[in-house]
Amino acid sequence: MGTATLAELCIAAVAEAFRTDRELVGTGIGPIPRLGVGLAKLTHSPALMMTDGEAFLVEQPVPLGPRAYDDRKPAGYLPFSRFFDSAVWSGRRHAMVTPTQVDRFGQTNLSALGGTHARPRTQMLGARGFPGNGIYHANSMFIPAHGPRVFVSGEVDRVSSPGYNPARRIAGGNYSAIDLRRIVTNLCVMDFGGPGHAIRVVSLHPGVTFDEVQSLTGFDLINAVAGETPLPDREQLAVIASLDPHGIRHTVLADNPPARRSAQ
Amino acid sequence: MSPLDKRMTAAEIVKRLKSGMTLGIGGWGPRRKPMALVREILRSDLADLTVVSYGGPDVGMLCAAGKVKKLVFAFVSLDAIPLEPWFRKSREAGAIEVLELDEGMFQWGLKAAAFQLPFLPTRVGLGTDLVDLGGLKTVQSPYDDGEVMVAMPALKLDAALVHVHRCDHRGNVQALGPDTYYDEWFAKAADECFVSCEELVPAMEDAYPDDVRANLFERCFVTGVTEARGGAHPTSMPPTYGWDMGWMKRYAAAAKDPGDWSAVSAQLVGATEAEYLASVGGIEAVGALPLPVF
Repeated sequence: MGTATLAELCIAAVAEAFRTDRELVGTGIGPIPRLGVGLAKLTHSPALMMTDGEAFLVEQPVPLGPRAYDDRKPAGYLPFSRFFDSAVWSGRRHAMVTPTQVDRFGQTNLSALGGTHARPRTQMLGARGFPGNGIYHANSMFIPAHGPRVFVSGEVDRVSSPGYNPARRIAGGNYSAIDLRRIVTNLCVMDFGGPGHAIRVVSLHPGVTFDEVQSLTGFDLINAVAGETPLPDREQLAVIASLDPHGIRHTVLADNPPARRSAQ
Repeated sequence: MSPLDKRMTAAEIVKRLKSGMTLGIGGWGPRRKPMALVREILRSDLADLTVVSYGGPDVGMLCAAGKVKKLVFAFVSLDAIPLEPWFRKSREAGAIEVLELDEGMFQWGLKAAAFQLPFLPTRVGLGTDLVDLGGLKTVQSPYDDGEVMVAMPALKLDAALVHVHRCDHRGNVQALGPDTYYDEWFAKAADECFVSCEELVPAMEDAYPDDVRANLFERCFVTGVTEARGGAHPTSMPPTYGWDMGWMKRYAAAAKDPGDWSAVSAQLVGATEAEYLASVGGIEAVGALPLPVF
């Protein structure tokens, strides 16, 4: 299987992050997270629940890209109008998102960069549902371009979702549901398994070194590398292809590199 | 006029609004926004509004036109164009005050207002910048657990605007489509809710009795109704029409430097609603816009 792309390897790593026996909503925002959740559901984790991206729960993940509106087969109903009651505030969800900044505490920023609150240098989306996601259910991240502008040295410019920063906790607050799982990047897979939930590198993509990852990260990482991130097998590649008939996964990473770097 | 005849023109609805008001706008991002009423505001002298919205082009246009004093928001987005360009310009110029919230806190604040409560408690916001930046307070459970939570203040609205598929003159509404977002709570959080619709029928019980479960909120929450075909354009109105991607691309391109709203507002708002609809190809062209897939 020398033909898998790095994007496909990342999709398989996302699927592994979503491995579960629980019935909960798996939300992958963006092509690679979404394909990873679909791959998990169609292989090892059939209890996962997914939406069509609009308002319906589907048992067959909806393929990416253009399709007929009614091509999805609704099995359940989960519109925005009951999303907080049913999925977020009940803790029955695991989401994977791509924040603009992440810090050593797992705090993320989707709100704004630089400047002041009254006048940010760069206004982004706004906090969206990040604060609620972070305090109520499991979360993971996908970072397509691992670098120090994303993994910042200090705190993120605005804390949109909570992490494991003791200085941000108030007496009597309930932070017990903060549950940061995996960070999948174009270089490696990380988790929050170090002392005080410190971020560790747990696998490196083929040909990547820990030192390279550390040099592209604004804070100290723990080396807990157990081996290479596994390549997707033939069955996984077939499932991924079926969920992405237009090949949108090939456009996510710059130059769509192969999973295994060529020796140079 | 019988008190149960709530028919008004869009201009009459906007005349009932006042500068300085807190105005809720239903819909979600580029989905089922009461854009005909927003355009009518853009044609008016209203100013200094506090706008409460799951923001899409409604927020961007009102910001661009200088109508907004303060924005209460969790996001502003055109979905396919993730960052709303005119909203960004206003923020990066420091032109508007904001209260930035989480999407769930936002609907919680509408519900507090609807239930006539000063606040509702939530864990959401803990550990983030929203609490300090928004001046939000905490509250402690009086029971044995003693938990400390964020007290999400009521988002009391002076008026709310909502766009639905059908209304009758008494304010019986029906909203079709797969999702009704939080329109119900905008209506109930407001002193007065004004509803525009694709089709105004004489009596809902005669016109569409089989669709009664699409009655999103009771008519006691409706102050005025008006017919505005294509009234969500350029946002989506499933199952009747999709959003207008071409319009949104032109709108976003117009924000690029120098991005002068006054140079494009006549084209993007129109002198009248009829002129606006004609400029985008008429109701037939709007009705033919494909539904977006996700």
